[in-house]
Amino acid sequence: MILPLSWLKDYVDVDIPAEQLQEKLFSCGFEVEELTYRGKDVEKVVVGLIQKTQKHPDADRLTVCTVDCGAFGVKQICTAATNVFEGAKVPCALDGAIVLHEGGVQKIKTGKLRGVVSEGMMCSGEELGINDDYYEGAEVNGILILSDDAPVGEDIRRVVGTDDWLFDIAVTANRPDCQSIFGMAREVAAILKKPLKAPAVHYTAHPTDVAVSVTVEEPALCPRYVGCYVADVRVGRSPQWMRRRLALCGLRSVSDIVDITNFVLLELGQPMHAFDRNYLEGDAVVVRRAAKGETIVTLDGKTFSLTPENLLICDKKKGVALAGVMGGLNSEIKPDTSEVFFEAAKFARDCVRKTSRALGQRSDSSARFEKGVDAYTCAIAMDRALHLVEELGCGTPTRMRADVNAEPLVPKTICTAYQKLDDLLGISVPHEEVCAILTRLGFGVTPQGERFTAEVPLWREDVDGYPDLAEEVIRSYGYEHIVPTFLKNASVTHGGLTPAQKTEQKVKNVLKEQGYAEACTYSFGSPKDFDLLRLPSDAPERRAVTILNPIGEDLSVMRTLLAPAMLWNIVRNVRRGNEAGRLFEAANVYLAEHLPLSDLPEERRRLSIALWGEGDFFDLKGAVEAIGEAFDVRLQFARDEVPWLHPGITAAVYAGESKVGVLGEVHPAVCAELALEKKAYLAELDYAALSQKFAPDITYRAVPKFPAVKRDLAVVVDEGVTCAQMTDCILKTCKFCRAAELFDVFRGLRLGEGKKSTAFHLTFVPEGEKPLTPKAADAFFKKIVAALQKQLGAELR
Amino acid sequence: MNDTTHENDRPQAPAREQAAEGGAEERARSEVRAFLLEEMREEAVRDMEYVTDSRTFYEVKMKYLGRAGRVTALLKRLKDVVAEERPALGKKINDLRVKLEEGFAVVEERIRRQEMAHRLAEERVDVTMPGRRRRQGTLHPVTRVRDLLIDVFVGMGFEIFEGPEIETDYYNFTALNTPADHPARDMQDTFYLNDRLLLRTQTSAGQIRLMEKKKPPIKMLSPGRVFRSDDDATHSPMFHQMEGLVVDKGITLCDLQGMLDEFARVVFGKGSKTRLRPSYFPFTEPSVEVDVSCHACGGKGCALCKGTGWIEVLGAGMVNRRVLENCGVDPDEYTGFAFGMGIERIAMLKYGINNIKLLTENDVRFLEQFRD
Repeated sequence: MILPLSWLKDYVDVDIPAEQLQEKLFSCGFEVEELTYRGKDVEKVVVGLIQKTQKHPDADRLTVCTVDCGAFGVKQICTAATNVFEGAKVPCALDGAIVLHEGGVQKIKTGKLRGVVSEGMMCSGEELGINDDYYEGAEVNGILILSDDAPVGEDIRRVVGTDDWLFDIAVTANRPDCQSIFGMAREVAAILKKPLKAPAVHYTAHPTDVAVSVTVEEPALCPRYVGCYVADVRVGRSPQWMRRRLALCGLRSVSDIVDITNFVLLELGQPMHAFDRNYLEGDAVVVRRAAKGETIVTLDGKTFSLTPENLLICDKKKGVALAGVMGGLNSEIKPDTSEVFFEAAKFARDCVRKTSRALGQRSDSSARFEKGVDAYTCAIAMDRALHLVEELGCGTPTRMRADVNAEPLVPKTICTAYQKLDDLLGISVPHEEVCAILTRLGFGVTPQGERFTAEVPLWREDVDGYPDLAEEVIRSYGYEHIVPTFLKNASVTHGGLTPAQKTEQKVKNVLKEQGYAEACTYSFGSPKDFDLLRLPSDAPERRAVTILNPIGEDLSVMRTLLAPAMLWNIVRNVRRGNEAGRLFEAANVYLAEHLPLSDLPEERRRLSIALWGEGDFFDLKGAVEAIGEAFDVRLQFARDEVPWLHPGITAAVYAGESKVGVLGEVHPAVCAELALEKKAYLAELDYAALSQKFAPDITYRAVPKFPAVKRDLAVVVDEGVTCAQMTDCILKTCKFCRAAELFDVFRGLRLGEGKKSTAFHLTFVPEGEKPLTPKAADAFFKKIVAALQKQLGAELR
Repeated sequence: MNDTTHENDRPQAPAREQAAEGGAEERARSEVRAFLLEEMREEAVRDMEYVTDSRTFYEVKMKYLGRAGRVTALLKRLKDVVAEERPALGKKINDLRVKLEEGFAVVEERIRRQEMAHRLAEERVDVTMPGRRRRQGTLHPVTRVRDLLIDVFVGMGFEIFEGPEIETDYYNFTALNTPADHPARDMQDTFYLNDRLLLRTQTSAGQIRLMEKKKPPIKMLSPGRVFRSDDDATHSPMFHQMEGLVVDKGITLCDLQGMLDEFARVVFGKGSKTRLRPSYFPFTEPSVEVDVSCHACGGKGCALCKGTGWIEVLGAGMVNRRVLENCGVDPDEYTGFAFGMGIERIAMLKYGINNIKLLTENDVRFLEQFRD
């Protein structure tokens, strides 16, 4: 909220500079997001009196003025403006002055206009950053003509109301009572230990015959409704002082009656509304839920179709205002309005919010109600409005006053021991200090020995227990009094990561060692990604949880696969010229058992690994194998097909019997869709399932007593025979053969069409107490060759 | 080459000897006459001079001292010599053998030195050529900071608890003292899945789930993804938070600051301090915003801290009594504090990252900077 210093000073004697007040507010819990000097863009502009005007000797459209700038001397200034005259007082920018100019600032210097010296510039309202609300005449085309009482030589900012500081304060959600000038004044008075002057609320209520009945049908949604009838209304313009204040807070003046409602909103935080009583049919106000399909046209001319969720202010026949949001066009204040019915009510914040959100209609009033308005202020705000009506002379307040007060206003009391506060804070605050702080903040404090009773101010609906009092005390007493201690009373606890958390850290480190960089992508993606991956319409991956209010369609579904985000990572990298890379991500996918969602979906850990540019399928496979090796799981790979991977270069990954993922080259059609010219390889592993298979711990296996014997084997087989088939055959044929490692594949004319030569390193490991002789190894070798020949048609090379 | 022809000639000598088998005794005697032995020695010395590498060295050495060598052959012939001459002759041959062995030892040493010098000269490499290794990958900056924070707090006895990313309204808001009409709900723009389920907006949701399962003393750290409907240069719709919770008897605000001071020292450096200032969160009372002294300027004021000397890093407070009650913990017996911080924010401060988007774009040129 915007707090002008000049307005604040109406209620508190602020005798410290604005910057110092900003610091004090900050340490009390009110962050000033921006402190602005309103007149910062205008400098060295003073009030000048035009003593003489002459035609410019060489330019018909220029006038040469002699301007008395008081202490700054008499200046000769040329102007093209036509509204200047001898005896006029004008804003005069001196040599070196700064004024606003086309959205920026402009420096004024002495110069010559067509040969005549001009020692400055006379300014328009726009150049001073003001409109008519700041100073009457500021919007005329030409130079701003000041009133005759403007002192010559005075800084123009003091004259036009921009010599002021604006505090843009971030008020926390628990302090709706501080969303107003007076609310902040209460805090400032407490901070500065100064008395608080309340705004004047007295007025004379005149008798009247008019009686407007007020009925609240929904007391829960409208806990208080104060209404007053004002007779003899003469709608006119507000005085400059009021308009200037509205302007400082960013509001434009409308008319005195409407300005009063806005002024009270800013000053006390209570939204008000003024109805033209002549348009309230049946002299009745009924607060009720709207009927389904009922419509209303609001002040801004928009038509809304309503539901019973919306609270409506009605007369005998029709809706006249959308409660807390905006008045109806049918009863708005017009220049000829002669009777007004003022409303100052409390509407439930949730009700206003729902209506405002559902209809997409917001206003200063709805914003204020959503933060929370206290029932106590309704009546004061009404009194203040009527006082202003009287002061401005725009109507006659009457005795016709309705106050439907659903909840009697009894202040809460908190009775507690000083010790309770100290126990929470960890320091001992002197009792007198506790009482003094709370008293300054408006609490009624009664000390009783070691205990005290605090009566909570009616505007402090947020306070309801001793911890709140502790907070009030410490924020005033000062957090610098807190002495850091290190859990001096706490029990010793055993901390640490769970085994699963440690395992995941280790997996990440394995991939890191394999050269992969960890990526992080959003948990939501686009439904179009399913099409990109060529998933059939009945694919289970398409059964994704959707977000009701996504940022955009691209981020609207909770992912069921990590692959799309990884693909986009690759595309983004390649587009940026990163020709090669390796990435991985461990993150959840969201798998709903039922759609629409009825319960929390399963969040399942997945692992996505990708490479592009350098390396191929087998490099990626090596990374997957490295994980298996790190956790002592034997992974097996079998040909597989998924829609988004190359049908010839895709493998399913098995740990024992369970399939724990797939890997392969990204389908060329997917790459084409993405205009990705590099080959890319992706693995998507079901980490939750894979990690189940991880060996829980290391079990030592005896080291063989005698050295292993190695032999190399080269056989020629048909192209269709796989490495896995041969390895299987080798290992099954000879139990001493513990490893058969493919190290070369060769194809050539000499081998014949459809044939390949494959070479393996075989390792024979002796068992028990007997060494393995070369002779025995040769026998195993022959046995293996024979088995390969019989089972797979292999020929020894 | 000289030595080749030279060598080829020599082996012929024993062949000649074998051809003249008759009158062996006489010949043997005559052969071992001193001048013959001397001749063989001189010949061997000449042979040695021609030796230039270990292969010819071996061949030459074998020619004289090998099993089939000439000196060995002489010794074999000794049995044919009359008995009384044998000792003297044997000694002479043996002297020759010793002399030759000494000679060969010298030559061997010379060859070894030559060959070592040659090898060392040959094997010279350009040591400025790149080393051979697999280039290490990297962990994401968020992971790095997350692990660092975990390390700090685990050392203080915290356990790590990860709650679900999709939450119910109850755990994310209501149980945290933020009922449906509470204005604090507006502080966070929530992604809803339906009227009851949402993407968690804060890891604080984990507080409730843990306290429902576990009774005090509690020291918990809950890291994870959170989601808010915000998307601009400083906000990402998904980011990571780390929530901390301590509930025990006699926990105070002083303890909160003491612990955070420790955190600040580890994360931002030894001289770091914290400052508390009042704030508001529905689930803590009192609530504080915690600033850390600016690590870039040491608190003097710079561009990073906008001249204030302080950087806002986290929110914290004493756990609200209602939250404890909601979890079945007696607030008259136990008190506690909670704190929550954005991991991205800490990472950005720590590494000087100026745009949160860099953390989810996954440009390898960015990611690969975070090497150990």
